Amino acid sequence: MQKIFLKLAAVLLVLNLSGCGYNKFQTLDETSKSAWSEVLNQYQRRADLVPNLVNVVKGYADHEKEVLTQVTEARAKVGSMQITPEVLNNPEAFAKFQAAQGELSSALSRLMVVSENYPNLKADQSFRDLQAQLEGTENRITVSRNRYIETIKDYNIAVRSFPENLTAKMFGYDVKPSFTVENEKAISTAPTVNFGDKK
Amino acid sequence: MRQFKTTLLMLCALLLMMSRPALALVDIPELSKRVTDLTGTLNAEQQSTLEAKLASFEAKKGSQIAILLVPTTQPEDIAQYSLRVAEKWKIGRTKINDGVLVLVAKDDHKMRIEVGYGLEGAIPDVYAKRIVSDVMRPHFKQGDFYSGINASADALIGLINGEALPAPAPSQSGSQMSGENSLALFLVGTLFFTMLFHGMLGRFFGSAATGGVMGGATALFFAATAGVGVGIAAFIASLILPSLFSGNISSGRGGYYGGSSSGGGWSSGGSSSWGGGGGDFGGGGASGDW
Repeated sequence: MQKIFLKLAAVLLVLNLSGCGYNKFQTLDETSKSAWSEVLNQYQRRADLVPNLVNVVKGYADHEKEVLTQVTEARAKVGSMQITPEVLNNPEAFAKFQAAQGELSSALSRLMVVSENYPNLKADQSFRDLQAQLEGTENRITVSRNRYIETIKDYNIAVRSFPENLTAKMFGYDVKPSFTVENEKAISTAPTVNFGDKK
Repeated sequence: MRQFKTTLLMLCALLLMMSRPALALVDIPELSKRVTDLTGTLNAEQQSTLEAKLASFEAKKGSQIAILLVPTTQPEDIAQYSLRVAEKWKIGRTKINDGVLVLVAKDDHKMRIEVGYGLEGAIPDVYAKRIVSDVMRPHFKQGDFYSGINASADALIGLINGEALPAPAPSQSGSQMSGENSLALFLVGTLFFTMLFHGMLGRFFGSAATGGVMGGATALFFAATAGVGVGIAAFIASLILPSLFSGNISSGRGGYYGGSSSGGGWSSGGSSSWGGGGGDFGGGGASGDW
């Protein structure tokens, strides 16, 4: 009789343990990893678009060397980065990755601004298609980044809050880095308004 | 004291003012039909024509298309707002994710086609962009919103028809366990553990153990909150069940289980309210302006 009670208590204890922590970390960790893969996926998609885009723009605006070189270089930099899942556990590598992608973002947006000056380029069907793809990809990047931030929020809250943080320590689950506002400077400076050239 | 009260009141008022968000986001309307017009642009006849077209398409192909007209999406970008709407409405079927949202922000002069995950192959961004700028924009520029929206619906239907998707399911055949199955599982499990534990632990503790195991199993496999309820129910059932079996069963409890299940059809047509099927969106589609 006593023994059965003890056994039952042990079973209940194990059930409780799995309920308060370990399994939760497995879920959250895996969710954040898949959200991260989606982010990488979309960044990759953008990087794949760049060569075609540069080629099309070159056809109409070859003398915009500066912008074109910037885009190509930023693309090369992004492509040379080794992205492993371990980036997630390394805030420094994460910051580097974010900086490189941010560089490509601003180079691409400069390219798009420049292309506004070339009516023939703007009318080119393949340029329009590439532009649509780039827009869609940028939008997907935003979405996947936001979703990644959400999953990381849940994960980090779990890592830090009380009963679970013991489990986290025990199994070596650490706080993961998240995306920060890239264009902090751009946001904090007021935009210049120019009524002169309405398109 | 009086002064204190006034100060407190003023402080509260101040806090209230401060807590008002500086940029109030545009509300997402409740989804009740396929065409939602908050701008009063489309008349009743146009709305019902579009509604009928989209409904018959859904019946044939299974994909859901919703149309929303709002005055503005400010302060948000149209893409942000449309994704929020899509995530809340969940147009398209679960797992197939074949929903499309056509959003028009009339005063902003912007429109967007938001494409569900499952249709990103049928409607790539390039095609969505072409529908926006080659089909919708010319009509919108002339102020003919109905023709623009109608033409975009036709174009979208044409594209989706070219994609092989799972056939529409007439009745709901989800992966969720039906009520009957789970009740049977609950009864069998409770009976099994009652027989096991009552012999070992006696009536009361045996019932408690049954409740614990059933509740624990439910919490483990389904949901923690459900586990508590199931545990208590199993405890009570385990207390009562033996007396049911030892007493005469033929005392009028016989007809309890008969014919209570109505045909599991899911009324989706008719004038009843329409809702999204649980589709997911990932930001696919294209925006444009006029």
